[in-house]
Amino acid sequence: MTETKEKIPRQGMPEQAPEERKTNFTEVPLGYSPETAMLEAQRCIQCKKPRCVAGCPVGIDIPGFIKAIEDGDFASSIKILKENNALPAVCGRVCPQEDQCEILCVIGVKEEPVAVGRLERFAADWEMAQKGSDLPEVAPPTGKKVAVVGAGPAGLTVAGDLIVKGHEVTVFEALHKPGGVLVYGIPEFRLPNEIVDYEINNLESLGVKVIPNVVVGRTFTIRELMEEEGFDTVFLGVGAGLPWFMGIPGENLNGVYSANEYLTRANLMRATRFPKYDTPIMRGKRVAVIGGGNVAMDAARTALRMGSESIVVYRRSRNEMPARIEEIHHAEEEGIEFHFLCNPTRILGDDEGSVKAMECIQMELGEPDDSGRRRPVPIKGSEFIMDVDVVIVSVGTGASPLLTQSTPGLELNKWGYVEVDEKTGATSLPGVYAGGDIVRGAATVILAMGDGRLASRAMNAYIMGEELETESEE
Amino acid sequence: MFKIKEKTNLAHDVHSMVVDAPYVARKALPGQFVILRYGEEGERIPLTIADSDPDEGSVRLIFQEVGKSTMMYGGLSAGDSFDDLVGPLGIPSHLEKLGLVVCVGGGIGIAPIHPVARGFKEAGSKVVSILGARSKKLLILEEEMKKGSTEVKICTDDGSYGEKGFVTNLLEDMIKKGEPIDLVMAIGPVPMMEAVSRLTKPYEIKTLVSLNPIMVDGTGMCGACRVTVGDEIKFVCVDGPDFDGHKVDFEELRVRQRMYLKDEREAIEALTYIGE
Repeated sequence: MTETKEKIPRQGMPEQAPEERKTNFTEVPLGYSPETAMLEAQRCIQCKKPRCVAGCPVGIDIPGFIKAIEDGDFASSIKILKENNALPAVCGRVCPQEDQCEILCVIGVKEEPVAVGRLERFAADWEMAQKGSDLPEVAPPTGKKVAVVGAGPAGLTVAGDLIVKGHEVTVFEALHKPGGVLVYGIPEFRLPNEIVDYEINNLESLGVKVIPNVVVGRTFTIRELMEEEGFDTVFLGVGAGLPWFMGIPGENLNGVYSANEYLTRANLMRATRFPKYDTPIMRGKRVAVIGGGNVAMDAARTALRMGSESIVVYRRSRNEMPARIEEIHHAEEEGIEFHFLCNPTRILGDDEGSVKAMECIQMELGEPDDSGRRRPVPIKGSEFIMDVDVVIVSVGTGASPLLTQSTPGLELNKWGYVEVDEKTGATSLPGVYAGGDIVRGAATVILAMGDGRLASRAMNAYIMGEELETESEE
Repeated sequence: MFKIKEKTNLAHDVHSMVVDAPYVARKALPGQFVILRYGEEGERIPLTIADSDPDEGSVRLIFQEVGKSTMMYGGLSAGDSFDDLVGPLGIPSHLEKLGLVVCVGGGIGIAPIHPVARGFKEAGSKVVSILGARSKKLLILEEEMKKGSTEVKICTDDGSYGEKGFVTNLLEDMIKKGEPIDLVMAIGPVPMMEAVSRLTKPYEIKTLVSLNPIMVDGTGMCGACRVTVGDEIKFVCVDGPDFDGHKVDFEELRVRQRMYLKDEREAIEALTYIGE
């Protein structure tokens, strides 16, 4: 039986054609049909000891949900997914499955691995299309109050986990709209807003209170939340902080953006539809994005969709790019120009203080550095000028100083991120937990969710005065 | 929703609003700001808090109509609501007992300097406030500033009220007279803050300015509000808004504030075209 299953090839994902999609902001991959999904699900051989599950930061029962799809029982499939994942429609789209579950798939040894991510997305989308999702059962009220700071992937996971335990959960969000990086950062062509809204609506239907426009550290301190507002435990999922710049001349010229700012304007503020929406954004003729991560790909593809020529400038080679292969591939298909082994040395401005060009230097790869990647070294005298009028700097973000300024006793590591116990997410303050980018620096949605999952168990044990069970298989 | 409880017109296109915002009112301190948003399509606009009333749960905001958003705000009335109001943001001004503090407020900058002046006075400092406006009818908060300061000096560009001239003329008189100024706090248009800083620098009088660059999130995420102070890049929303006026790169700030000038005009045209 196994033999016949292995003969089905990995099912391709239908996508919008590059020529068409580069002028719109609608989603690129279109999703499996039920038939395709069931066919792909047949490829899973239902390992007794599934390696894929070990690769999932939230420990989804992967063979279980895939089996249900194979059987055509999509309702059970989504139910199994939701046992461990509060945001399956999001994860099915933005998780780097190729580095997590799929890379461990046994089928992948001889042929292409089972498309776990695409199947996850299928099940989640199927449920959404049914209008009215099957909400999990909520335990009787415990009378305990949980504050979640930051309505991004880490915080929403904690909220989802703890509301079903019967606790009163309030999520505070600094921006005017919940979702964190899912709404301000990731563009709609990768993750439509309606999907995030749907997941948040589900949480609200379960009883989670979401309060926007609250900056913890300014509007409330953590101490006030616990001592005056009566919260028994607090989760800090405030996300990444200030963007890093390169420290080269010209970075404050008009037309130089951090990727955070560029994407926030385009996504959260809808500047792509200026002047219908009030927030402006510079539409360059030729836009250079500096960096090689997913955020850089998002920025480059956003610029392209606003009608600019779009260039990615990365100081290492293609092999070292931290972005998902799928994202790089999509960007290339759409006609984004890549300049590898190339590093900006200065940005040049015109008389009015706007960007008119960027000077770069060619690099070559030297010895491996701390990250194990070969260190790029400039080639002397190889400077050249690139004509660009917008530059987007996407070289990472630092820790947010806001929360830490106002929270005495909260221990930080040497990079300014919050120090936590790896197994529980507990910070140095009793009852206060943290996860996501405020702990890791810039990481991924699913790692943030994994942190939320870990912390929610510990938080539940903490407020219920129970011993935390350590699950050995994790 | 954040309801407007009161709206008054202070001068030609300058308005004062008292807005319901209990969380913010409880925490707001002089020097801090909020970010407002009105309407589904609205942008996020930072405004300094002119006053706050923790008991009433409201903040007072004073603004001038300069772009599409502030023009729209100008058309709102008591009973209307802002969709979003977040704060208090920024580090509060450091108020302390000093010998003599000079608070310089230019134009709309008088609104944010008012709580600062009052705070220094309450802390036991002697406060001389120098207020400047283009003409008498554009001068705001004169009575409040008199209450909040030990002494108030006024000048107008056209001489229609107080001395004819600029705030720097009055400040220079004080310096030349040898008055022992411990601190100058200046809030107003960028050229004014720059002129004040340039004036006090040779005398080594500590001078703080409150910067109001373009912002988006205002919570330390986007970096739009970066300014050069000395040889460092600072982010006004989390490191400011008060900075050492002798170190701020005003030229860069001025250029950065013009970044969307063309778009702002387009937005205003679209607004008038729709005729809303």
